[in-house]
Amino acid sequence: MSNEAVAELNQDIDLDQVDSIIEPYLGKKEMVIPILQKVQDHFGYLPRPAMEHVARRMRIPLSRLYGVTTFYAQFKLKPRGRNIIRVCKGTACHIQGSPKISERIEQILDVESGETTDDLRFTLEEVACIGCCALAPVIMINDDPHGRLTPDKVKDILDIYE
Amino acid sequence: MYEKHLMICGATGCLSSGSNQIAEALKEELDKQGIKDKYRLVMGGCPGFCEVGPIIVIYPDEVFYCRLQTKDMAELVETHLIGGEIVEKLLYKGPDVEAPARFYDSIPFYFKQKFNVLRNSGIIDPESIDEYIMRGGYRALRRALQMEPLAICDEVKDAGLRGRGGAGFPTGVKWSFTNKAPGPKKYIVCNADEGDPGAFMDRSILEGDPHAILEGMLIAGRACGADEGYIYCRAEYPLAIRRLITAIQQAEEYGLLGSNILDSGFNFKINIKEGAGAFVCGEETALLASIEGKRGMPRPRPPFPAQVGVFGKPTTINNVETLANIPLIVREGGVAEFASVGTEGSKGTKVFALAGKVRNTGLVEVPMGITIEEIIFDVGGGIQGGREFKAVQAGGPSGGCIPQDLINLPIDYDSLTQAGAIMGSGGLVVMDDRTCMVDLANYFLSFTQKESCGKCTPCREGTKRMLEILDRITEGEGVPEDLDTLDSLAHSIKDSALCGLGQTCPNPVLTTIRYFRHEYEEHINEKFCRSGICKPLFQYQIDQENCNGCRACVRVCPVEAIKGEKKEPHEVIQELCTRCGSCIEKCRQDCIMITRVGSEADVGN
Repeated sequence: MSNEAVAELNQDIDLDQVDSIIEPYLGKKEMVIPILQKVQDHFGYLPRPAMEHVARRMRIPLSRLYGVTTFYAQFKLKPRGRNIIRVCKGTACHIQGSPKISERIEQILDVESGETTDDLRFTLEEVACIGCCALAPVIMINDDPHGRLTPDKVKDILDIYE
Repeated sequence: MYEKHLMICGATGCLSSGSNQIAEALKEELDKQGIKDKYRLVMGGCPGFCEVGPIIVIYPDEVFYCRLQTKDMAELVETHLIGGEIVEKLLYKGPDVEAPARFYDSIPFYFKQKFNVLRNSGIIDPESIDEYIMRGGYRALRRALQMEPLAICDEVKDAGLRGRGGAGFPTGVKWSFTNKAPGPKKYIVCNADEGDPGAFMDRSILEGDPHAILEGMLIAGRACGADEGYIYCRAEYPLAIRRLITAIQQAEEYGLLGSNILDSGFNFKINIKEGAGAFVCGEETALLASIEGKRGMPRPRPPFPAQVGVFGKPTTINNVETLANIPLIVREGGVAEFASVGTEGSKGTKVFALAGKVRNTGLVEVPMGITIEEIIFDVGGGIQGGREFKAVQAGGPSGGCIPQDLINLPIDYDSLTQAGAIMGSGGLVVMDDRTCMVDLANYFLSFTQKESCGKCTPCREGTKRMLEILDRITEGEGVPEDLDTLDSLAHSIKDSALCGLGQTCPNPVLTTIRYFRHEYEEHINEKFCRSGICKPLFQYQIDQENCNGCRACVRVCPVEAIKGEKKEPHEVIQELCTRCGSCIEKCRQDCIMITRVGSEADVGN
């Protein structure tokens, strides 16, 4: 997604929501990670205006807040697609052929890992291990695991998600 | 009163093979027959045998049903629950049993296992504190509350328990350090940030028996003089977090957590912190920084957390599996019993996540000192598809591979270290002849390189340089000096990196070079990857003698790179082939060959 498109979305951020998330933690700087997790749960990502608001209310420099945010893989600064594809990159999946699965998904959707399709239909991500190694190679789409994959099964699976 | 208890595996492995749908179908069927009140359905912990999931175990009949599908539920209800006959076709069958196996004691996967840590997993309802207590739970806590704190440390020392998170430091000694550190406020931290790819032991313990962790933490609190604990759990484990929250609420209601526990004057509370996706946070000082709401970067030790831990206070950090062992040790007679299992230097059992190209994947708990051969061939049932065993990776990205010739190596802390691997948290990934060891080293290093926090130069820059070299080798651009450069970089990083992540991340490269040097040399000198993984270094060819022209490969090829008439031998058009591997998966004649780039069809390799 382009930066302009993100900026446009950011204009409509409801800061009252952010306030109610922060409220129970005021004065507890060590709770900044749970706060960010809740803000992201609400908006799907961490919009710049919400970040600025958290920084102000928690009395943490914005630079330090971004420092924490960008350190952890879980936090996203851009909006994500309606469907999140997580390709398991665990060892078991790797040796059972997950690179071939990723490649096929990238080919079909024309995005690279970490990117979102322009129509916001899919975001493609990698995850270290989903933990169902017996079903390797596995991808998760939203909360549904799809296991024992081969590259030729990928297209039919993607077609299920709109 | 229920007539029977139906334990449906509700752990992530079985959930992803559909145990929720099984449970729904079962409920529906019981409802239809109007007998749902007679049976208790529990989404329980993991019986470990993920390969044959979803699993239902029926008590008191002691019947283990596996590989279930929703359509089997009607028969299960009618024949077994109503008719009282075992449904033979849903029992475990395999090349390792003569007749369908009815229960744990007749399934070879379980023969060499010993359940200490997983004692309750799959037996009790993980969301019921009563069932935990019925199985002897919280009895060790009651005993600990009547003991002197240092006497508890001594018992754990005498039992010989070593940290299960990887490094193997004696737990009782660690506790006594925190106990002796000055100051009134101390903490216990449970490290549940299990990040090794291919490892899911801690998750299964948390999901299957959450009260064991709470009890372990309470006893640790008593022994160390702490009154507050944190469980730092990966956010990727939502079910584990939910079960912990339920367990904490129940323990508080029962007066087992909170103030003046069991009228002893001992207070303890437990908080849960969710990780936010950073592998390095499994390192103890990074984990502490993360709990404090900072970037999870490690710091030099000393001071050790036992002196300066969370919020600057003395802190004991123990791994999930370590804590799950504690109630077994601290109960009456527990020390001797615990120490009776295992080897001289490594006592007790170890839980491993057995995955990769082994037939029986799943979660296994075995006595320390068992050999690799026993784990892979007796417990694991050998290699998938009868292929050849090549190596096993122990300890994830911090560990190393152990090759076929060391198959008799006993698994304990010291033997593994000697072989260049580590016990690690317990991931065992089995590899066959279709696994490329250079690619494997590349895979692990690219993982640790991405997860390197960037604080110290050896790890930040060194891993990057090593990765560049490995990338080059897998792309066919390797030069003979590369191996020496890799070796020297690896040793410098090991010697000078700040934390455990950096110090151990060269291990996969070092062990693959040590045991599979010829494979590296083949990549570098002959530009050939015989496992068919490094794409520029091989091609697919069809064995003209054996191809029967079934067209299975033609249909599956996404780029139409296979030509040939029906019932005539096919051929791969090398210019079009992307080496995606779809054809080799599909071919039933085993006639797609991996050959050197440019070699002619009839030459093969």
